[in-house]
Amino acid sequence: MDMKFKGKKPSRRSFLTGAAAAGAGSVAATVAKGQTAPDPAITELQDWQVYLGDGVDAAPYGMPSKHERHVVRRTVDWLTADNISSINFTPLHELDGIITPNGVCFERHHSGAAEIDPAEHRLMINGLVDRELVFTMDDLMRFPRENHVYFLECAANTGMEWAGAQLNGCQFTHGMIHNVMYTGIPLKLLLAEAGIKTNAKWVLPEGADAAAMTRSIPMEKALDDCLVAFKMNGEALRAEQGYPVRLVVPGWEGNMWVKWLRRIEVGDKPWHHREETSKYTDLLENGEARRFTWEMDAKSVITNPSPQAPLTHGPGYTVLTGVAWSGRGTIPRVDVTLDGGKSWHQARMSGPSMNKSMHRFYFEFDWDGKPLLLQSRAHDSTGYVQPTKHQLRDWRGENSIYHNNGIQTWYVNENGEAENVEIS
Amino acid sequence: MSKFPNQLALVAVAATSVIALSVGLSERAAHTAEVAAAAAQAEADTMAAQATAPDAETTETEEVADAAPAETEAVDEGTEDTVAEATAPAEAEAPADAAATETVTAKASAEAGDTFEGGTSSPALFVGAAWAQSHESPMIGELDGISFDLGREALDEEVAAWDIDIRPDGAGLPAGSGDVWTGEEVYIDNCAQCHGDFGEGRARWPVLSGGWDTLEREDPVKTPGSYWPYLSTVWDYVHRAMPYGQAQSLTDDEVYAVTAYILYLNNLVEDDFELSQDTFTEVSLPNEDGFFMDDRAEGEIPAFSEEPCMEDCKDSVEITMRASVLDVTPEDEEAEATEAAAETTSETETQEAAAETSETESTEEVAAVDPALVEEGEGVFRKCQACHQVGDGARNGVGPHLNGVLGRAIGGIEGFRYSGVFEEANAAGEVWTPKRLGEYLADPRGAMPGTNMSFAGLRSEDEIAAITAYLSTFEAQ
Repeated sequence: MDMKFKGKKPSRRSFLTGAAAAGAGSVAATVAKGQTAPDPAITELQDWQVYLGDGVDAAPYGMPSKHERHVVRRTVDWLTADNISSINFTPLHELDGIITPNGVCFERHHSGAAEIDPAEHRLMINGLVDRELVFTMDDLMRFPRENHVYFLECAANTGMEWAGAQLNGCQFTHGMIHNVMYTGIPLKLLLAEAGIKTNAKWVLPEGADAAAMTRSIPMEKALDDCLVAFKMNGEALRAEQGYPVRLVVPGWEGNMWVKWLRRIEVGDKPWHHREETSKYTDLLENGEARRFTWEMDAKSVITNPSPQAPLTHGPGYTVLTGVAWSGRGTIPRVDVTLDGGKSWHQARMSGPSMNKSMHRFYFEFDWDGKPLLLQSRAHDSTGYVQPTKHQLRDWRGENSIYHNNGIQTWYVNENGEAENVEIS
Repeated sequence: MSKFPNQLALVAVAATSVIALSVGLSERAAHTAEVAAAAAQAEADTMAAQATAPDAETTETEEVADAAPAETEAVDEGTEDTVAEATAPAEAEAPADAAATETVTAKASAEAGDTFEGGTSSPALFVGAAWAQSHESPMIGELDGISFDLGREALDEEVAAWDIDIRPDGAGLPAGSGDVWTGEEVYIDNCAQCHGDFGEGRARWPVLSGGWDTLEREDPVKTPGSYWPYLSTVWDYVHRAMPYGQAQSLTDDEVYAVTAYILYLNNLVEDDFELSQDTFTEVSLPNEDGFFMDDRAEGEIPAFSEEPCMEDCKDSVEITMRASVLDVTPEDEEAEATEAAAETTSETETQEAAAETSETESTEEVAAVDPALVEEGEGVFRKCQACHQVGDGARNGVGPHLNGVLGRAIGGIEGFRYSGVFEEANAAGEVWTPKRLGEYLADPRGAMPGTNMSFAGLRSEDEIAAITAYLSTFEAQ
């Protein structure tokens, strides 16, 4: 229910022990350059070279290799009162490209993940419309569909870092985001089907779960690019992402993307419900709060190296990579610094560049084995440049919780272990 | 940081600033020509269809075609400054859009063919298809007459069943009333378990009272009394989503009463206060004026849109804070444990095969429980799972975990804060038998007076039998 954004419970093991253990695990797999004894991985027959593997249908719905078992969503227990109204995080440090696999898209529920029988699901449009309508899922499948890749970022992503460096891992600092291709119906077509009255200015999507989530969305956005989506990455929405149907509100904070969408009310004023008053409003230093901060500012993070993904190979050619996104357009450019911002380099963008989608960047360099202070800085297509945490705090103080898009710093020591830090 | 002077202005700005902030407007400008073309196409299609179409429907579609050019002017006025900036995203999407358009066109043609031969389809369908071609952001007027003839009219009873939202102006409030004292009873029974007897919030559940004068301090406490702008939000939220795990189980009068009690907990009303549909809008919350419309566009965004330094930007850099000092990152112990368990699976399997005798015994034990009943019990358990966990890794939450509860000492989980009546039962050596559990679940407060469990009880014997069967499948770990 309530997220707590100040750490309380110290862990039993220190961070460095954990990172060292992670490093040691990879050493065996790293072959030293001056190897003289033959590599048994080559000279000895492996089981998989001799014995037969699984036949087809061993896994009718395939899962990743068992060697990828560690690539999972993870939660932070002390953030919330229980694990039903809670959050977990996308393992960004284990992913590449721009598409988030469905099974590791972060989850945020307010009353758990509803299990809905699509045959019993209805979508109602009511309020200031000519005809109040009810659609079945079969009805929805007969509207024209579109495909778009959009990022969904929780407004509270990086919210734990307002007062300072807190969590060691980009999964935890930046993992309330995913980026998938949605197949859905333009919301404007459904509204047109009902016929919007001239005094209609707002819509209120509502979820069918036990939280019955509601948010007020201005009509301009509803008629612009919102989708009523039923597929993600080509397959049905996962239950935890709103099966059978959810709202997609491109570029705007994730809380508005109502899951398990059952109703859209059309009205002439905003409703000022819980998630747009007591929550998802940005408290500033002077005690006043911004409301309706819907758009997600441009942001980026280096996913590798990062605290959960240390450099294990020692000095030499090194691949640095990360992701960037903006709720206002595309990301034509990301800058990277290795020295805490004394000098910056333009990273190499790779992969499709789509409006309000995640972008992938790389910066390859020859590491001399000395400590690094890594940062990335996104530029979006409107000319906006991702601010430092200092700049952001100058405007907003430290109590905002939401919309923290400040530049992240990772300190990498001479062993390649990375840590979340703040710098002058 | 500027602040807008009043509420109405904020709403107006909300409605207009959205377009300017999002790329929608500039894209719209870029596509304006396409809209006109699509509208013309729609008109052509409509005219072609007129031979078979009833007059009324034809008129409707013509209005759509007319609306587009009118809209073009309005859009053009506002976009001059932003067109250049938005060119890139518009271009990036163009190929995908073009492909989609082709597909829809093909579909529309096929449908047109069907229509002329069969003469059964509505011309409205053409408008919808042509409309999809334009792939555009319309203004409201442009949507008139667009129809795919899908869905059905909602019945009044259906709308009434789902349309439960309340607005600050009181719109949506049902008839009813409730006073502070009634509210206290409802609150103690349904809310205090998590929110505390005085709204202080247990564990990490939300605090509902106090917090005055904390908004400018470190760790502000946001309660209806200190932060929430409108009372309608309290009523609406309690009504739609509370009690947690029993949503929408309170009557309207109970929601009025508990809302009145929350006002009382925040020193906003006296103890003789009664809240009703009529008095609702007379109450205003202290922080109503503490909010202002998103103003990033006027301050931050220009400040953050300057070309940044690339070379010799700083003389020196110091680390000022480290996450490892705070040390609150969760460890990977669970994941490691899972991995270790998975690695030993083959060993375990061998051992299990060797120990067939003992396994047979336990299989018989499990077989004694009706699987259908267990499955039914899993459904009933949904009423419990907001507070109680079972299965692998079950922990204590608001209530204790229930692994191995049958046969367990009452009040027997070490470290869980039980009510007095549970501690007494524990001291007397009492144990959870199926019978004892059934009695408790049928009437929690009758069977264990003073229990903290705010649950009204299971009404049917069947449900009790089902949940008992379900719980019997979880052994102590």
